[in-house]
Amino acid sequence: MHAAEQARGVQTLSSKQDTLRADPDAVDATLAASGDVHAFERLYHGHVARVHSLARRMVGHDEADEATQDAFVRAWEKLSTFRGEAAFGTWLHRLAINVMLARRAKRGRRWARTVEGEGVFARAEARPVSPEQRIDFENAIGRLPEGAREVFVLHDVEGFKHHEIAEMLGIATGTSKAQLHRARLALRQHLDR
Amino acid sequence: MTDQWTHRLSEYLDGELSDAERVELEEHLRRCDTCIATLRDLRSVVARARALEDRPPVADLWGGISTRIGSTRAQPATTVVDLATRRRVSASVPQLLAAGIALMMVTGGAVWLAARGPQALPSPAVVTVSESTTDVPVRPVIEAAQYAETIAELEHVLSEHRHQLDSTTVEALFQSLAIIDQAITEAEAALRADPANGYLNGHLADTMRRKIHLLSRAASLVRATS
Repeated sequence: MHAAEQARGVQTLSSKQDTLRADPDAVDATLAASGDVHAFERLYHGHVARVHSLARRMVGHDEADEATQDAFVRAWEKLSTFRGEAAFGTWLHRLAINVMLARRAKRGRRWARTVEGEGVFARAEARPVSPEQRIDFENAIGRLPEGAREVFVLHDVEGFKHHEIAEMLGIATGTSKAQLHRARLALRQHLDR
Repeated sequence: MTDQWTHRLSEYLDGELSDAERVELEEHLRRCDTCIATLRDLRSVVARARALEDRPPVADLWGGISTRIGSTRAQPATTVVDLATRRRVSASVPQLLAAGIALMMVTGGAVWLAARGPQALPSPAVVTVSESTTDVPVRPVIEAAQYAETIAELEHVLSEHRHQLDSTTVEALFQSLAIIDQAITEAEAALRADPANGYLNGHLADTMRRKIHLLSRAASLVRATS
């Protein structure tokens, strides 16, 4: 391309170009997609808090660091699929959720086990929580049975609808609703009063 | 204590009951203190969940990520150029120009060496240029379609804002871009003669990435003056 052509620039205006101007993440995402590790590091620092918080809630404190790393490595591998239709943070977050869910599948834990785990809910609801024993709300989420925890995080924290959660987790919508209600009932004992 | 409506309270809270069910449940709530208390708790749980704040990890995880994606560079991340004054913009132009000139010199030399055969190829450590052009690590391939799209986007940003730069700045910038384009053209020509040359392929990809990097920096500069 000659200098004169460079000066004229590209006249076509696309929605992604609008996004690029408005969102520094979009610039870094395109740079990172072409191999710029420093651009990706900037994206990491801008989004790690949200991804790690998601990981703590979805897979627990013990695995959160590793799951977060998995999510960013996966994002690096999939950057070419980021087209800018949504904000980079939204794209990354959805990808991170998939990584967290894949970890669960990899561990071979069964949804059925948590669906049928009525005893866990019963114990959680029946167990009195004294002020000394009261743990913070986020830790309480981590103590929920796995299936209920995922539904609760995806619905009440992340804002997904039941039909979306059902699709992600491979369960019926009714099951998602039931798990959410049970999770809420269990968590009410950990509210600050 | 539970009744037939207790397990529907979350659905009620989330607005997922039919109109008929909602009316019936609200009628029930008028006479069931237990359900009213439970509903109040459920509302608090939902509010608490929505108020959760994100926290970063205790340890910085970037080192592990960097290793896993194959980056061995230990330098701190460069921040996106964020210069708010024209004075600073003018000061950056020589760097842009230097980047282009250095790239041209390196590219010309590298292509010449590659054409002479593998024994003459420099080691990656030898192919180093000025500070402003060494920020981009090398990956073996670059997707042509995405490259073209990225370049077009950055050029668009630049063309829309170039009027905010003085003529000297614009001239220097586009001179740098022209030099880089020349380097790309030369690398492509060398590759046509020797398509299987791995070094040339990598070198071309690296040069293309450097163009993206230079354009991005320039776009950031003009945006900063907006």
